[in-house]
This record gives sequence, structure tokens and C-alpha cells, in this order.
Amino acid sequence: MKTCLTAIISSLMIFSPMAYADKWSDQFPHIKATGDIPGDCSYEKMSKKNYKGKTLKINTHAIPVMGEPTALHAEQFEKLTGAKVEVTHTPAGDLYSKAMVPFQAGQAPYDVVFGFSNFINDWKRYLAPVPKKYMNSPEMKDVTKSHMGVSSWDGTMYQYPVDGDRHYLKYRKDVIDNPEMQKKYKADTGNELRVPRTWKEYAQMAKYFNDWDWDGDGEKEYGSAEVMKKDDLMFAAFFSRSVAYAKNPRTPGGFFFDLETMKPNINNPGFVEALSDWVEATKYVPPGGTNFGLGDEIGSFGGGQTLFSFSWDDAFIAAMQDDSPIKNKVGAAPLPGADKVWNRVSNSWENQYNQAPYIVWGWAVGVAKKSKVKDMAFDYLCFFSNGANHQADLAIGRFGVNPFKNSDFDPNIYINSMGWDPEIANSYTQTLLDMEKSNNRVFPLRVPGVFEFTSAVATGTSKALAGQLSPQEALDEVAKEWEAIVSRVGKKAVQDAYAVGVKMEDNKL
Amino acid sequence: MNFNHKYFFLFPGLFVLIGILIFPIIFVVRLSLSGWNSYNPGLDYIGLENYIRLFTDDPRFWESFFRLSFLSVTTVILQYVIGFALAHMVWKDIKFKRFFRVLFLVPMMTTPVIMTVIWRTFFHESLGPVNDLLSNFGVAPKWLTDPVIAKFTVIIVEVWQWTPFMFLLLLAGLLSLPKEPFLAAAIDGASPIRKFIYVTFPLMAPISIGAIIIRLIEASKIMDTVYVLTSGGPGTSTETSSFYIFIKGLREFQMGYAASMSFTYLIIMIISLTIIAKVLTKILLKE
Repeated sequence: MKTCLTAIISSLMIFSPMAYADKWSDQFPHIKATGDIPGDCSYEKMSKKNYKGKTLKINTHAIPVMGEPTALHAEQFEKLTGAKVEVTHTPAGDLYSKAMVPFQAGQAPYDVVFGFSNFINDWKRYLAPVPKKYMNSPEMKDVTKSHMGVSSWDGTMYQYPVDGDRHYLKYRKDVIDNPEMQKKYKADTGNELRVPRTWKEYAQMAKYFNDWDWDGDGEKEYGSAEVMKKDDLMFAAFFSRSVAYAKNPRTPGGFFFDLETMKPNINNPGFVEALSDWVEATKYVPPGGTNFGLGDEIGSFGGGQTLFSFSWDDAFIAAMQDDSPIKNKVGAAPLPGADKVWNRVSNSWENQYNQAPYIVWGWAVGVAKKSKVKDMAFDYLCFFSNGANHQADLAIGRFGVNPFKNSDFDPNIYINSMGWDPEIANSYTQTLLDMEKSNNRVFPLRVPGVFEFTSAVATGTSKALAGQLSPQEALDEVAKEWEAIVSRVGKKAVQDAYAVGVKMEDNKL
Repeated sequence: MNFNHKYFFLFPGLFVLIGILIFPIIFVVRLSLSGWNSYNPGLDYIGLENYIRLFTDDPRFWESFFRLSFLSVTTVILQYVIGFALAHMVWKDIKFKRFFRVLFLVPMMTTPVIMTVIWRTFFHESLGPVNDLLSNFGVAPKWLTDPVIAKFTVIIVEVWQWTPFMFLLLLAGLLSLPKEPFLAAAIDGASPIRKFIYVTFPLMAPISIGAIIIRLIEASKIMDTVYVLTSGGPGTSTETSSFYIFIKGLREFQMGYAASMSFTYLIIMIISLTIIAKVLTKILLKE
């Protein structure tokens, strides 16, 4: 049934550019590529709702990432339903507290709150579960298993899926696949120039292609663009580098902690090796690269400044937009792996290749339990992610909307609607799809007080990047802080919450 | 008229004072005795646990405090010297005096966050105009990514933004000085430098103390510049007390602990600024 549904939706999407030049696309040019796509929350269906006289209040991220599509779909929703929608834009770092302060005070100044999916444990008691009618909709059935899991807590969905996130490798295909460059690299280093399979290879290539004009545009290019700015999501970049060394498929029972003892794994040799690599990476990022936030990383790789990058989809999509100087010159691949992986049970390195996808947290959105317009709020979210809006949003890098539906992995969407080179579209969708299928995935930490844990990682790793502490010292400090947090929150509370994530990682959910 | 009636007229002011000053302080003290955080919201009572943690197990708070002391003292000294020089310049009869008086005030009138974003763009190490210019001379300082240089970048932005405030106070002081001592010095044939050392500077001492203390109070709250420019990095090299309290309170949502840090910080600032004021008074007003 699921396959059938996926096929129907996919085929609708594939042939959409030809099929849908309808009245809705005339009125709403955002969906001109597809027209309205039939579904429970399509333009057609929403136009039959009447929310005149009602007001929907939304707190979302600043423009453009997620803030721009929120405002755009709010405006469309107003026109279709007669509702009044008030959108407040908030910087990423303040999304948590802006919702949490009124939540804790028993108020609901916003009906819809945007945040990150790893807030779920702290927010779930203040959010209304997604009603059954939306859960049973064909569009919801199309959401991948991973992202159903990310949006849910122990089987109950609290966050409405509007985005899917994972970290993967982006590289300059015109360099890596260039026979002349391959020859030159081989001659100079003795190694093959290829999509890096390990972080060590990544570092070798990034160092080689650092600080010279390898694309002949008259400007210097650099090795890698990474999110290294403290408190600007850098902890996620660190986890991306850690999974290869520290997520061992033969030692289930926790990546961040040992689930049984709740002893942090964060300072074991696997994580230390990853942090040592990262410290080394400060030598092949662009000038100022150690102060790059996510926006800088997107701009740097998307603008053609670096050979590699790894993080969310945005940099890749930005690079593939029509106005990009490197459109159809980039490739997507899984995160690099490692030639060894730490076994925390035997306390030793296993000298074999290991790779682990990081299904990183991403944008999430929920409806406040105390909202007086819950129906309208869920309708808005359902409309936000309807087929037509979702497909149009996917094509705009700055929107921050990334694939989270099974139908999104059809390369024809990107070839037909966005003008991608078929080979690139295939590698992109295959990379994402392989991550969904992997049995060695790492999911984001989703425990009570998650911000305390991630903030400790950001502080510790940034000290190592700045040379204030060695990688081992920095991670020992983080581990000590994590132990203190576990003790403050209560071992049982953290353990119970962590167990839910471990079940997903161990493929038991 | 009944004598007691006059107290009646004090009530509106008193209520406002209680509402906006006394109540928040009392609430912060109460909050600091609770474990309020993201998973345990509420004013439970945990005694002095937060304070014990602060004094025995949080070197980062004290590091940020000493960093703040360095940044605020350095910026205020520079603001005082530059502000005094500029005020002295436009106090004299020079051409376009009014124009310069307004021009020097412009940085203070701009929005700090917006200006810091612009400064961050200036100092951007690969795309910014500053390094673009300096690269012609073969230098490219790591304005935001070197732990030492980043501190001076913060100082540059703070000095640029707030020197006009010092300038304004000192210019007002200079304009209010009596003319007689300057006439007497002129009759005695005092050189401009001697006039400054023996007449202008001593006469300006009370105003200087006031201006320095006001700026020190403001500088000790430095937060927006750090937030936008460096986020406290690289590492923790530009993290100040208020930024650290912000991280603990509004990022990590450790409200109880952040309140204990705020209250401790308030007490430290009251004591240290009182001592600084006394010392400055003793040094500058010794005669």
C-alpha cells in the first residue's frame, strides 16, 4: 500500500511541470512549477475552509531560513481561508526560550511554535499531539520512517514534519572528477583523487586544495567550509565528524552515553580522534573559517569558495540554484567514514572501515496545547507541507526545507523541476536514500535539558579549536559537565529519555 | 494641612520603585534559591546549592568576570583619553566646531547590534574590506578567530561606539568650567601643556570621575557586541559575565543558576565600583 501511495505521489510530482498550470498556480506563483497537487491540505481543499475572524499566531525563525516559507505560506493561508495570521520572526538561538518562557508560565502567546526537533523532550508536555486525521493522511504516510521517529516521542507525534535533515558530504565534482586534477594530485601526493571515504582522506585533499586558485576564477579557493562558530550549531558538525570513529554497529546501547550506566562516551578515544581531526581542519578552512556559522558555511561552499563542506542540505541546494556560479558542478556523498572505529566494550580500536549516517535534528514545529485555534493551526501546518508547497520549497535553498518524504527521493523531481544534471540528482537522492536505509545511524540527542548538553559540547570543542585545551582535555571537561548535568536532571529521567533514541539507533523502533 | 498628607504623595513613586526595582531584585534572589530549569519549572527551594556550585565548581564564571574586568577597564580608559582629546579639541575655537561636535556623537546614536553586524562584516577575514586593504601590505590579522586579537576587536568596536558618550560628558564639563583660572594662567604665561596639567585636568576631575564610573557601569554589562561579533569565541576568549549569564539563563534555561550568577555579579559590581570610585576620588581629588 505504502509503495503504491509513494508511486502515485511520485508520478504526480514527476509529471507535474507539464500537468499543472491551474487556477491556483495563476493566483499563487510560488507553485507555478507544479500547480496544486491533490491532497488533504491542497490549495483546493484549503479554499473550502472558512477561518474568517480567527487569528493564528506563529513564532518562527528569522528570514530567510524557515522564516520566509512560514511567512509565505501564512499569506497564502490567509488568502485561502480568510484567517488572520500573525508571524513573529526570532533568531535561531532564541527560539527555544521564546516558546519555553510562556510555556512554563502556563501561557500560549503563539499557537504554532517553530524550533528544532531535538527540543521535543522539553517541549512535548506543552504541545498538542498531531490529531489522527492528519496522521492518517496520504501525505503523512509518505514521510520517511526516520523523520516520523524524529517528530515523535514513544509513538506519539508532537512535531508536525515540515523538514527533513541529515548531514552529508558536499564536494566540487568539477575538481574531484576532473582527470587533469586527478593526475596532478596523484603526481604530487601519490594518492588517488576521489570522493573521500575517510576523514583522513578528506583532510589530505582539503589541505592540498587549500589557498590557491584551482578553478581559475582569479580568486583563491580553500579546502573546506565547516560550522565552527561557537553556539552556532557547531556541536552538530562535531557529531558529524565523530560518528565514523565512535558509532560502532557491534556495540549497541548508546552513542552519546552508555545507556546502562549513563556514563558519557563523549571523551572516549573515538570522539577524541574526531576532535583532533577537527582541530587539524582549522588549517584548511577559508580565512575566518573558524568563526563560520551555518550561514557562512552555506555562503562559502554555495559561492564556490571551498572544495568540501558537510552539514545540512542548504549549502548543496544553494550551490545548485540557478543563480549559483557552481550549478551542476557539485556532488553529494555520504559523510566520510574511518579506517578504525572505537569499541567501547572491549576498550580498543577495531581496525576496519566504518561509516555512520548522522540523522541530525532539523526544523520542527508544534501546536501549543493551550492554543484556542488548534484545528486552524494544524490545518496551517498541513497546508505548509502539502505536495505543491513542499516541492516548491525544496527548490529554494534559502528556505531550509529539505527532503523528508519518500517521494522526495525521486531524482526526476530535481531534474525536471530544478534543472539538475541527472548524474547529480541521482547521487543526491541516492545519498539521502542510503542514509534512510542504513542500520548504523545516529539520531540527535533528545533528553531533558538537551541545550545544557549541546552547549557543553560547543564550549569544550570550541576551546580545542581555539587552542585553549587539547582535544582530550576539552572532551574530559565536556564529560565532567555532562555527568554534572545528568546528576542535576536526575539519572533516571535522562536514561528513560535517552533509551527512546537508542532504540531508534539500534533499529528496535 | 495635616503633616501626614505629604506621605500620600509619595505613594505613586514608591509603587513604581517597588514594581520596577525592588520586586525584580527580590524575585531574582528567590529564583536563585530554586532549581528552575527546562525540565523542572517552578520556584522550588534548594537552599544555597546554586551559590555553592558557583563558588566551588564554575571556573568559567570567574574567568569570564576577569575577562570582563580587562575589557571594561581597557575600553573605558581608551574612551576617556580619546573622548577628552576630542572634547578638548572642539572646546577651543576651531573651524566647523559645531559640525565636529555633532559628527563625534554619531556612533553613539547608532544601534549597537546593527553597528556590530557592520563591524563584523568589516573584520570578516576572507570577505571583509579591512583585510582586503591590509593584504596590500602583506598582513591579514585574524580579527575574530585569534583568541588574543579577538579581544582587541571587541575593544575597538566598544571604543568606537561609546567614546562619544564620554566626549559628550567631558565637553559639557569643559563648557561649564570657570574662565578665571584660565585667564590667571594666561597672565602667568603658562604653556598650553602646563595649562592642561595644572588647570584644566584638576578642574575636570570631579566630572571625569563621574564619567568614568558611568561608563564602567555600562561597560561592565557588555553583551551585544560580544554576542554579535564573536559569540564569546574563539573558545571562551571573549566571553564576558553578562554573556555567560545569558547563555546559562536563556540558552540552557538554567534560570535558577543564572539568577544566582546575576545576583552575585550585582553584589560584586556594587562593591568593586564603590572601591573604584573611592580610589579615583582619592587620586584625582587629592588637592
